Amino acid sequence: MRRRTLLGGALAAPLLAACSGGGGGADGGGGTTLSYGMWDPAQAPGMEKIIAAFEERHPRISVRIELTPWASYWTTLKTSMRGGTAPDVFWMNAVNFQLYAAGGVLEPLSGHIEADATPVDHHPDSLVRLYAYRGTQYGIPKDFDTVGLWYNKALFDKAGIKYPDASWTWDDLRDAAAELTDPRRRVHGFAAEMDRQMKIYPAVCGAGGFILEDGRSGFGDERSIEGLRFLTDMIDRGWSPPQSAMVESVGRVRYWSEKVAMNYDLSAMAGQMYAVPALKDHGGIAVLPKGRRRATIIHGLANVISAKSRKKAAAWKFVHFMAGREAAEIQAKAGATISSYAGTQDAWLKSMPEFDLKHFIEMQKYAVPYPSSENTAVWENLQYPLLGAAFSGKGGIESAARTLGEQMDRALEEERAS
Amino acid sequence: MSVFPSTAASKAAGRTAATRSKPRGQRTAYLFIAPLGLGFAVFYFWPLLQTFYFSFTEFGAFGGHTFIGTDNYLRVVKDVTVWQALGNTLFYSLIGLTALPVAIVVASLLNRRGLRGVAVYRALYFVPFVTLPVAVGLVWNWLYNGDFGLLNEMLSRFGVDRHYWVSDPSTAVYAIGTVMVWSSTGYYLIIFMAGIKGIPRDYYEAAEIDGAGALRRFFTITLPLLSPTIFFASVICMINSLQTFDLIYIMMAEKNPAIGDTQSVVGLFYKWAFIENAQGAAAALAFLLMLLIAALTYLQFRLQKRWVHYG
Repeated sequence: MRRRTLLGGALAAPLLAACSGGGGGADGGGGTTLSYGMWDPAQAPGMEKIIAAFEERHPRISVRIELTPWASYWTTLKTSMRGGTAPDVFWMNAVNFQLYAAGGVLEPLSGHIEADATPVDHHPDSLVRLYAYRGTQYGIPKDFDTVGLWYNKALFDKAGIKYPDASWTWDDLRDAAAELTDPRRRVHGFAAEMDRQMKIYPAVCGAGGFILEDGRSGFGDERSIEGLRFLTDMIDRGWSPPQSAMVESVGRVRYWSEKVAMNYDLSAMAGQMYAVPALKDHGGIAVLPKGRRRATIIHGLANVISAKSRKKAAAWKFVHFMAGREAAEIQAKAGATISSYAGTQDAWLKSMPEFDLKHFIEMQKYAVPYPSSENTAVWENLQYPLLGAAFSGKGGIESAARTLGEQMDRALEEERAS
Repeated sequence: MSVFPSTAASKAAGRTAATRSKPRGQRTAYLFIAPLGLGFAVFYFWPLLQTFYFSFTEFGAFGGHTFIGTDNYLRVVKDVTVWQALGNTLFYSLIGLTALPVAIVVASLLNRRGLRGVAVYRALYFVPFVTLPVAVGLVWNWLYNGDFGLLNEMLSRFGVDRHYWVSDPSTAVYAIGTVMVWSSTGYYLIIFMAGIKGIPRDYYEAAEIDGAGALRRFFTITLPLLSPTIFFASVICMINSLQTFDLIYIMMAEKNPAIGDTQSVVGLFYKWAFIENAQGAAAALAFLLMLLIAALTYLQFRLQKRWVHYG
């Protein structure tokens, strides 16, 4: 059965891509059809609107969205790259970017950016740099995500605690978590989940540690371990459910169902939170409390062009348009995500007036870009198996973190050697 | 359904027939084999050769490969997660084999004369096997769920504390193993029922006249005469368990703290090949797993002489 499904997937992917790519046609004649690869159905309506605006400007170019579910997006993309049926323009994330850039399958954009004066400087610098490889720009950010503190005002009121604000430190969070935990009603103060983007990285950076710097792992660093201990300690004390319990009902779901009073979560989740009536009514947002320093993690997606595309001129026109103010404003209005173009976020803020979304944008100032290297997945995959026990209340976070640091360094060494 | 003796017999018969009318008969035979042979060559044998070749290369994420000799094999042998996955996989085979005695007992119970509704029972037992592993995994995950699961709900009536069955490293392997046995028992049941049907009724009648009880009849007639079928089933069972992947993939989330304790060899292969872009090393791992399966199957064939009766 396994072989059949694996084989089936591998065979079906290029076939499907080939079928849908058939209508594309070459440049000239009846115009050009670009394929645009993405994975998030929630963003599709916004993207359609941007495409409509783009097609109005460029009547001879049309763009068709190729939606691939997240779970198979990257395997499908890799396979279609080999088969030559990859979309002309597609979404890229930080984890995969360097692999694709180093693999030579992305079109360098630096020359185009210069020639057309594309407003890359209007996007957060940390994000723009995420999509440069060895001095060449390959992608232009379209949106960004920061991690903030989501809290439940009703649970705070019940416990008689002041709501979190910008003055909060880790001690305040711990005190509140202790107060808010109510074992009888199975409510926990905080969800110290084993999740790299939302919990581990923000905590490590907040403690003054780091994940990856100058090709070296930061997990063995004393400050980094302090950040990890900040999380596991709350599990050990019973203020957060253990990871074993959060496999089945993740922190986000526990926050939705009001079983967790505070949770670190992404700005991109605002739309989903907004759809939960209870949270729309009494969900609150604050900046992440301060550890040794202020920090959160920023990540954003970028639009890139396939080096194998035969419609690069049209593809660039589209990517250039996506990098501009007009497209960013349309995207922000759609509400699914924060546009990365500076000053266009108002529409997003207004799309959910009950939420204090501005905190997500404020945090940009001290946000740490999502760490990545050429083969990010390899060392990312080391994290959960090694840290799992410590996040399940079994202790041993110090030695687990040091082992992780050593193994990650070895993975990075191999990456450089290859 | 004594598969092996009959194939052995037909092989012998074929040999004598072939020597008699060699040229024409053989050509026709090859013609008949061709469709299957071609499919085998294109979809199994060629990929096998390719995998073998790629196991000596470093495979680029976007195509292209460079020959690196035996580095991949060294990596496989040195990696502790490989040995852990191998241990888990062998453990799954052991658990998987427990489906056989269960199936034999149920099969002999269902083969009692005068039992009504055999088809219904057979269907009930067979349904888990024909259900998609994805669906099976999802449903069992709900049963095992620590917060709202039926299992905890039932156990709580007896005062057992809430437990996170699939995310506690000490129980996760057993939780998965149980589902494996549950979903494969029906398959072996069908095989064993057919096997028992092949045992002549006279034997049982004669034994009954001689005063043998039900248990005695089971151990002295059913079991020995079923042994060729049991052998066939155990070979299949072992191969299936060693290749286990889909159920674990569905049941074990990425952030599950028990993931290291439950990962199978094929699961590790998947991770290397499709997530970590180490296709060369993954090919080496797959090839070593194939060798292991071949070796264990050979061992089973050698050992069968000691316990299989070809009545």
